[in-house]
Amino acid sequence: MLLQALAFYVFAAITVAAGAMVVVSRNPVYSVLFLILAFFNAAALFVLIGAEFIAMILVIVYVGAVAVLFLFVVMMLDINLTELREGFLKYFPVGALIGVVLFAEMLLGLGIVGAGSKTIAGLNAQGAQVLAIDNTRAIGRVLYTQYFYLFQVAGVVLLVAMIGAIVLTLRTRPGVRRQKAGDQINRTKEQAMTVVKVPTRGGV
Amino acid sequence: MASLDRTARAFLLTELVSGFALTLKYMFKPKVTVNYPHEKGPLSPRFRGEHALRRYPNGEERCIACKLCEAICPAQAITIEAEPRDDGSRRTTRYDIDMTKCIYCGFCQEACPVDAIVEGPNFEFSTETREELMYNKDKLLANGDRWESLIAANLQADAAYR
Amino acid sequence: MSADLIHFFTTNWLGQAIVIVAQCLAVTVPLLVAVAYMTYVDRKVWASIQLRRGPNVVGPFGLLQPFADGLKLVLKETIIPSSANGVLFIIAPMITFMTALVAWAVVPFDNGWVIADINVGILYLFAISSLGVYGIIIAGWASNSKYAFLGALRSAAQMVSYEVSIGFVLITVLLCVGSLNLSDVVLAQSGGFWHWFFLPLLPMFVIFFVSSLAETNRTPFDLPMSEAELVAGFHTEYSAMTFGLFFLGEYANMILLSAMGAILFLGGWMSPIPYAPFTYVPGVVWFALKIAFLLFVFSWTKGTLPRYRYDQLMRLGWKVFLPVSLGWVVLTAAVLQFSGWVPKP
Repeated sequence: MLLQALAFYVFAAITVAAGAMVVVSRNPVYSVLFLILAFFNAAALFVLIGAEFIAMILVIVYVGAVAVLFLFVVMMLDINLTELREGFLKYFPVGALIGVVLFAEMLLGLGIVGAGSKTIAGLNAQGAQVLAIDNTRAIGRVLYTQYFYLFQVAGVVLLVAMIGAIVLTLRTRPGVRRQKAGDQINRTKEQAMTVVKVPTRGGV
Repeated sequence: MASLDRTARAFLLTELVSGFALTLKYMFKPKVTVNYPHEKGPLSPRFRGEHALRRYPNGEERCIACKLCEAICPAQAITIEAEPRDDGSRRTTRYDIDMTKCIYCGFCQEACPVDAIVEGPNFEFSTETREELMYNKDKLLANGDRWESLIAANLQADAAYR
Repeated sequence: MSADLIHFFTTNWLGQAIVIVAQCLAVTVPLLVAVAYMTYVDRKVWASIQLRRGPNVVGPFGLLQPFADGLKLVLKETIIPSSANGVLFIIAPMITFMTALVAWAVVPFDNGWVIADINVGILYLFAISSLGVYGIIIAGWASNSKYAFLGALRSAAQMVSYEVSIGFVLITVLLCVGSLNLSDVVLAQSGGFWHWFFLPLLPMFVIFFVSSLAETNRTPFDLPMSEAELVAGFHTEYSAMTFGLFFLGEYANMILLSAMGAILFLGGWMSPIPYAPFTYVPGVVWFALKIAFLLFVFSWTKGTLPRYRYDQLMRLGWKVFLPVSLGWVVLTAAVLQFSGWVPKP
């Protein structure tokens, strides 16, 4: 139990520190790398409370895919750091306000302020006891029964977002020659070449 | 029907499979590599390798310092100095070949009227320093002594075609 | 005495720590030896396909060649380019190497022979293999070189693209097993090779194998390294042991993906024929043989196929494998549902 508490504080401290470094560090690439570190430690925290499915999904989706795309974009950018710093004081109050609101919402949501002792670990232990199944199955049961429509709606939202991105970036240019793999595969020897009997000194 | 056949072939990856079968067949064929330091490939009698200065069977050096080789050398790798020897015969006092310049064209041995300078069958004369590749007369004569039997055999084998 | 020892290793924290370290070593050391000999086998296979002999000078049949190569890499000087980002430059190969090793924690070598028998083993493998891309992309960026950066971008885009189809392949297998635990996946295939998943899911097995070629940047998808255009891709600027770590990581990843293939489709540690003489062979030997077979196919592929062009690679990943694997997931789910073969939890 001591080891678990120790692990929790280590992971939590790294998560918070990495989160702070995301905001503070001067180089945006470092920011993204710290963000990845934060994701990773958050996943470790999920594992600690027994939510291994969420932890793995967090790593696969956020670390394995989303952050890679962030990193792609940030690495390609040619950022002038001093220019970026210019508006800092102007935007600071707004940013701080958003942060405070988010934090308050989180506290409310966790029920620490609202409903007393319902911590996530407690809820999880309850759920696990009631269902006596691993949390992958537990999530599946809830997701595909109680929250089925919301789950579908989330999928549709993502689909719309994807189609929107494609529509926004799609350019149809006339006269572009593309490789048509199907045509190439379907071409037969008869279509591709003819055997010609060339007379001597006659040429083709 | 033909299109169905083609589609089936495309989806069953027949071309990939036949390609893989071919490479698998080749895996078990005998190797063509010559296991070099232990075995060597055959050399033509005309092979142009390391230079050598030959001697007559009585031990007299063949070169008469006519400098035809020096004149014809396209890379100007040969340097010759000559003066009459004590017995009055014309011989070289210096016969240097810069092997780093030499292009192994074989013009020197073609030009030589007495078959003195030849390119022997030796091709393993790499060195660790540049200086060792500046051959002088002693080195070339030593080469000639060392490779004489092979050189003579090669010259004889090729004589019919000259 | 032995009871005391058992007590020490099961309850005392020091004893447990020793057990954990010993387990890690028991997996890592054979793995590194396997990596070393994989480089040797690779070269031998390509050589014999091209009618050459391959390494045969160092030791009998050249068997000590990998160690000679390793020694050379260790003894060389590590060069860090002056304009490179020093810290990240050093971290990148470590990430590649470590991610290739930590994934082995959940791989079952035999019934019960697994370091961490976690419930979400497949997801863990998938998550760790998706982390490997960071080593590459960080290496490319930290090198501060055009070739390295372009190679890293190509490599990362390729790995991310093919991870999608690997994900769908995993889902199909999961549907047939009904568990995310790797030991359960193997146990679901018990009883002869006709029960293994490669037969009913043959298209997915092919897709998985091709995707794992792309994941590990092997021919015909080795264009991030393509010597002709990009010098050596993301590790252009690396030398000595920093390069060595990339090299080891790459081969360890290949072995890992082969192990995944063996577990998911070739019945893991199961013997192909579940009758007497075959079942005497320990499961770990069957598992090693299956991995060795898949690795041989990796080398064989390299000896057979030419390199893809980048747009062809992306077309194959997104326009062929993604729809086909997605369709096969739907098909499998439908067949399981309507035939009543859904595995019971």
